[in-house]
Order: sequence, then C-alpha cells, then structure tokens
Amino acid sequence: MPSIKSVGLRLFDWVDDRVQIKALVDYMAHKSVPRHDHEIWYYFGGLSLFFFIIQVCSGILLLLYYRPGADSAYESVQFIISKVQFGWLIRAIHSWSANLMILAVVIHMFSVFFTRAYRKPREITWLTGMGLLGLVLFFGFSGYLLPWNELAFFATKVGTGMAGVVPLAGGFLMKLLRGSDEVTGATITRFFGFHVAVLPALFTAVLTVHLLLVQRQGMSEPESWESRPESQKRRMPFFPNFLLRDLLVWLIALNVLAILAVFFPYGIGPLHWDLGLKADPFSSPPAHIRPEWYFMFMFQSLKFLPAKILLVDGEVVGIIGFGLAGVFWTLIPFFDRTTEKGRRKRLYAYTGLVAVMFVLVMTFLGYILD
Amino acid sequence: MQNDTLKRRSFLNYLLGGGVIAVLAAIGFPIYKYLKPPKIPEAAESQVTAGTLAELQAAEGRYKIFRFGRKPGIVVLMPNNEIRAFSASCTHLDCIVQYRPDLNVLWCPCHNGKYDLTGRNISGPPPRPLEQWVAHYDKASDNIFVSKGEGA
Repeated sequence: MPSIKSVGLRLFDWVDDRVQIKALVDYMAHKSVPRHDHEIWYYFGGLSLFFFIIQVCSGILLLLYYRPGADSAYESVQFIISKVQFGWLIRAIHSWSANLMILAVVIHMFSVFFTRAYRKPREITWLTGMGLLGLVLFFGFSGYLLPWNELAFFATKVGTGMAGVVPLAGGFLMKLLRGSDEVTGATITRFFGFHVAVLPALFTAVLTVHLLLVQRQGMSEPESWESRPESQKRRMPFFPNFLLRDLLVWLIALNVLAILAVFFPYGIGPLHWDLGLKADPFSSPPAHIRPEWYFMFMFQSLKFLPAKILLVDGEVVGIIGFGLAGVFWTLIPFFDRTTEKGRRKRLYAYTGLVAVMFVLVMTFLGYILD
Repeated sequence: MQNDTLKRRSFLNYLLGGGVIAVLAAIGFPIYKYLKPPKIPEAAESQVTAGTLAELQAAEGRYKIFRFGRKPGIVVLMPNNEIRAFSASCTHLDCIVQYRPDLNVLWCPCHNGKYDLTGRNISGPPPRPLEQWVAHYDKASDNIFVSKGEGA
C-alpha cells in the first residue's frame, strides 16, 4: 500500500504537470521574514485573518437560522440561543470573534503606523489595509442591528443619524442606510444585505489585493535596517518557520476564543451582548445607552462638543472633523515622505501618539462618565 | 539509542495527532449538533375543524385543504354526499393532492399520481396509500371535524 506521503507527492506532480505550481511553491519557499525586536507585530495581520475566517464560518452557521425582518429577527436570534443546540455557542463565538477581530485589526494598523511600514513601496498595501479597517467597522455596525433588540435599535438610530448630519449628501446617505426615513424593518433588510453579501464580497476582494501585495513585496523591514549591511540582517524562512509560528498564534487565539465564548457567552462587563428586550420604536432608550467600544471615542467626543461652534452645529463640526482626520490618516504615506532623519519624520509619529492618546482618553471617559 | 529517539518521536506524533483529532472533534461536535434543527413540538391537537359543509358544497372541486397541526389534510364531498378526510400529502414526493370529481379519484398534479376514495394508490408513482382520517359532521354547527385514527 502506498504511503500517504507518496500519494501526496504524486498528487502534487499530477497537478504541477497541468498547472505548474512548483514555481509558486519555490517562490513561497524563498520568502523570508525579518527578525528583530519588533517582530511580534507581524503576527497581528495573520491574527486578523484568522478571526475573519472564524467570522465567515460562524456567520454561515448563524445564517441557517437567522431570519431578517421586524417580526422575525429578534425571535430567530432568541430561537438560536435558546432552542438550537449549541446556538448560544455559535453566537458567542461570532460576537467574541467580531470584537477580537476589530482589536487585532486596530493593533495591526497602529503597529504599521508606528513602524512606518507604510512607506514606499507599500503605500497601496496601507491603502487597502485602511479600506479593510473601514469595512470591518461597517461589518460591526451592520451586524449590531441584526438581533433587532433595544440596544441595536437605538445604536443604529444614532449611527445612521450621524450619517444624516454629513453636509450635502447626508439626507441621501441616511435614507440609503435606513431604507426609509426611520429605522424600521426595511433597515434590517438592508443591513442584512450589507452584512452578509455586500461587505463580504468587498472585503474578500480588497483582502486578496492586500495579501497578494504582502506576498509580492515581503514583510516590511524596520527602518533601522536601511543603513545596515546585509550580513547584520537576521531573517527566518516564511515557510515553514514563520507559518508554523503563525499557526501557533492561531491555535492560542482559538483557545482564547473558546474559553471566552464558553465561560462568557454574553460578554464581560461593558462588553456584552445579552439579547435583552425586543426593539420598540415607540419607547424611550434605556439609560446608559452607549455604542460598541470601538465607536466609543467618537460618541464621547461628540458629547463634549457644544451645540454651536461659530454658527455651525457642533455635531456637524465633529463629524467633518472625524472625516478629515480619517482621510488624513489614510493618506499618511503620501505626506510622510521624507526618508532623511529630521523633524518632519518625528512630527508624524507625534501626530500618531496624540491620536492614540485622544482615542484612549475619550474611550476611557466614555466608560467613566455616565 | 536510535530506537529510543524513534519511540519518543512516534509517541509525540501520537500525542500531536490525538490532540488534533480532539480539537477537530471539539469543533465538529457542536457544529454537527447545531446543524440539526430543534424539534418543534407538533400541535397536540387530536381533532381540528376542517371547515363547514356549506363551504365544501360551494367549493369548485368539492374538496377543501385544511391544516392538521403542521400537515395538510383534505376533506372530500363524495357523489353520495358522504364526507371523507385524508392526509393531503402525496406519498410520492409530498405534493398536495386534490379531488377530481370527473375521474372520481384523489389526484396529485405533480406527477399524475392517483388514489381511489379509500386512499389506495391506484396509478402513477405513489408508493403507499394516503392515510385516511376520520371525518365527523356536526349538523348543529355545520362544522366538519377531523381526527386521526379510529379512537379519536
């Protein structure tokens, strides 16, 4: 009887004979990963990918029982967590993994920012990455409405209301999102469509470009390596060394995810997703209503803004401000072009630090002041 | 010495392989269970109202489809004015049968299956007879009550 190994090799030869994949495998084999003090940050991109895969799998499972619509969404989620075997677990995994994915993506983004890995020739990778970050946030926002409970309803009302404040296009944007003037069953249908069709399709497309670029260009080397002779640069092969380490990180992530989902299926502390009451458009929102943690800093900043700033509504200023900041952040590789050491380079690092401090302080205040 | 290393290696391989299998089982089992839809208890009704005789007389094909719990049933007004009730699910592929007064059979339009008026499959693909239910006509209310089986 032929061993598994020889069958595998023969299968490989069979495929290679037809589509010539050996060149691709050789290419992968030559890829290497730089080794240095900050190499830990390399794992967060892969970690984000891992959580994305978990989201796709658990999302497909939820789709088997979820029914969008004002009369069925809440009921079907209730059915999933109370009647379907292990339904609570699948929902818990989807919710935990969603939050962990956003955390991993945010860490990934900031690590790339502070190591300046976006500099030439990786500007396109940064742009696609920022696109993916935007899509992830929209994933979170659209998924939050789907259980059609009280919190989801009011969070969506506020969130889509913010879109309505955008100058000129606001009214159109808000209607586009809501599918009506108000948050109704029509909004669930739309958000459901975004969440399970539009966003996954876009995300997969952008992610493909992002990953192809990473494969093509290899991992970014730290800035300090630029003046270093080749002999002083330590690397490890991507395959199998880095890949195995990556898999180990994935395994740890899977275990953390499993522990969280099993022991805290409805979240911990402020991070929770109890189903609660069904959305009632004609009731007042529960006290202490607040958004998901990753939107908290925006929510809190808007609270601090006065009603009028120089004749313009405070929230309009806030939203335009966040919009401009986001555009600036996305285009940073094109501003931060100087490679010689000097003040300018530090300026962007300080800008980044200020941004992080701002987000952290506002998020903290959001949970403290209530 | 060589042998020792091999033993240790194969032991580690078993440990790793066993671990992988355990992880896959821990992932697979909940998914397998999750895929099986929970049983929704069937309506405990032992008797339902299929409609009124007036309705049946007015009906074009002199039959009516009604709900018995989660299953469809059919009541038929025979030429001799007797009322009979059957399960309306064709035993072939679960289509809903109808009464054909012109042929005097219960007919399934999906694959041209035919049953006589005792529910016996007489032509076409149906493999089994239709389950016959018990119809009671209550003159006072004009209601037709249907129950399953003799005792009910």
